[in-house]
Amino acid sequence: MTGRIVINLLQVIVVMAFSPLVKGVLSRLEAMVQSKRGPCIFQPYRDIWKLLHKEEVVSEQTSWIFRITPYVVFITPIFVTLLIPVLTNYPLFFAFMGDMLGGGFILALGGFFATIAAIDTGNPYGPMGASRTRMVGFLAEPVFMIVFFTVSLVAGSTIPYIVQEAWITPLSNFFEPSHVLVMLAFFMLIIAEAGRLPVDNPSGHFELAMIDESKLLEYSGRGAALMKWGGAMKFFVLLCIFLNVLVSPWGLAAGTGLPEVFMAIPLVLVKIFVFILFMVIIESSLAKLRLFRIPEFLGAAFITSIAAMIMYIF
Amino acid sequence: MTVSSLTQLNALTGGLFLLSTFGIIAMRQILGCLKMFVLQSIFLAISALLLGYLHQSIHLFAVAAITLLVKPTLIPYLLQRTVGNEVTARREISQLINIPTSLLVAVGLTIVSYFVATPLLSAAGGTTAGVNLPIGIACLLLGAYTVTVRREALPQIIGILTMENGAFFAGISIAPDLPLIAELSAAFDVLVIALVMGILTRKIHERMGSTTVSDLKTLKEV
Repeated sequence: MTGRIVINLLQVIVVMAFSPLVKGVLSRLEAMVQSKRGPCIFQPYRDIWKLLHKEEVVSEQTSWIFRITPYVVFITPIFVTLLIPVLTNYPLFFAFMGDMLGGGFILALGGFFATIAAIDTGNPYGPMGASRTRMVGFLAEPVFMIVFFTVSLVAGSTIPYIVQEAWITPLSNFFEPSHVLVMLAFFMLIIAEAGRLPVDNPSGHFELAMIDESKLLEYSGRGAALMKWGGAMKFFVLLCIFLNVLVSPWGLAAGTGLPEVFMAIPLVLVKIFVFILFMVIIESSLAKLRLFRIPEFLGAAFITSIAAMIMYIF
Repeated sequence: MTVSSLTQLNALTGGLFLLSTFGIIAMRQILGCLKMFVLQSIFLAISALLLGYLHQSIHLFAVAAITLLVKPTLIPYLLQRTVGNEVTARREISQLINIPTSLLVAVGLTIVSYFVATPLLSAAGGTTAGVNLPIGIACLLLGAYTVTVRREALPQIIGILTMENGAFFAGISIAPDLPLIAELSAAFDVLVIALVMGILTRKIHERMGSTTVSDLKTLKEV
């Protein structure tokens, strides 16, 4: 019992510790593809460290929502981490507290607070980005739902630990058409949710074109650090759901011993690295979509997920 | 290769075939549509190969070979030759219904085709018809939808070719022993259709300056 709590907390520490690294590696690789040198892969850590030691400036016009939001954005991915398989392939202590839908709602809570905090500031760019994020969010919602319906139809459960077994036992299930289509749909969803190209340009500094970043504009000091870290953790958590539950549930620890669990950490990181390579190829070869093309992108994700569901049901 | 894994691979091919059909509806540029059509034809050929191996039928291998010869290579080449400037034009195709709505209609059509195919399947039998028949019908309907919605001649040609692909995709699972002569004539029919339509489109384009169908209302230019 205590062992499972310890491993569960270890998961949280892994997510907190390695999520900035994932961002750093991603931006370094992208710079290398564009034949630049790029920032050091540890740059996100330094950014967060620097911001944590800076003074925080909060506008007098803002309400408590603005002040509480960095904490909500920081905490929600941690809660989701407790529910999903990051390192082990057997359920941990908190695994049955919530299913994948619950995890999705917790992540959405963080997004909701970030949105109303952006409106709270009165900065003209904040509400603009916030409303765009909502647009992407509500278009992504039906895809989330259909993907979860399909997954729960196949596995007979929505608990991620049970789902991950269903697709690979036997191994030929991996090539089920519904599985391949669900993977595609969820991949497009990750791009939209994490604000990557072609939906949003994460490295752009042009306020009028921002979708996700504009919510951070008013934050400084500790608030900005927590928002950045929270965003990195959300990306890490989405990758863990995608890789450990839907695509490749291999390399996870099967035993309860601590050495085995520690061995799983590099394996999970390797998986994420391979995924990031794919991401770099996609981000380097596509241009950002115009804002009103995003419904088409997510519409494509929606029909992919619907096709997955139809092919499984009939 | 066992029967079950072949069936499963065929199902995967079917899923990707359906996806490329959706792609034809979702694309905004003619070149994109054409690429999706090429992909779709390749998946059709793969499915024919798999079914041919499964049923030990030489006819299906011939179908795969003809499909690979005609659709992903000859038809794009012919269209490129006859209406090349239209194919590579980087402008958006005008259409009656916007793309997100079209995609939703496409989902509706797909579900309808699955419902239509269910009673047919009990008559058709066979293990692979369960995948191929509904997807083939869906592709037929989606091709017809493309012809209806797109306003220009070239995407409409692609729509007609899509319908033909859908009919083939359903056909190879229901009638694996269709005589070779029928397959041959169908394949070369398609080739001739593409050629004639391409030349016709070129003539219309030369005369009118566009191939938008809704402009072609009167017999004589006023």
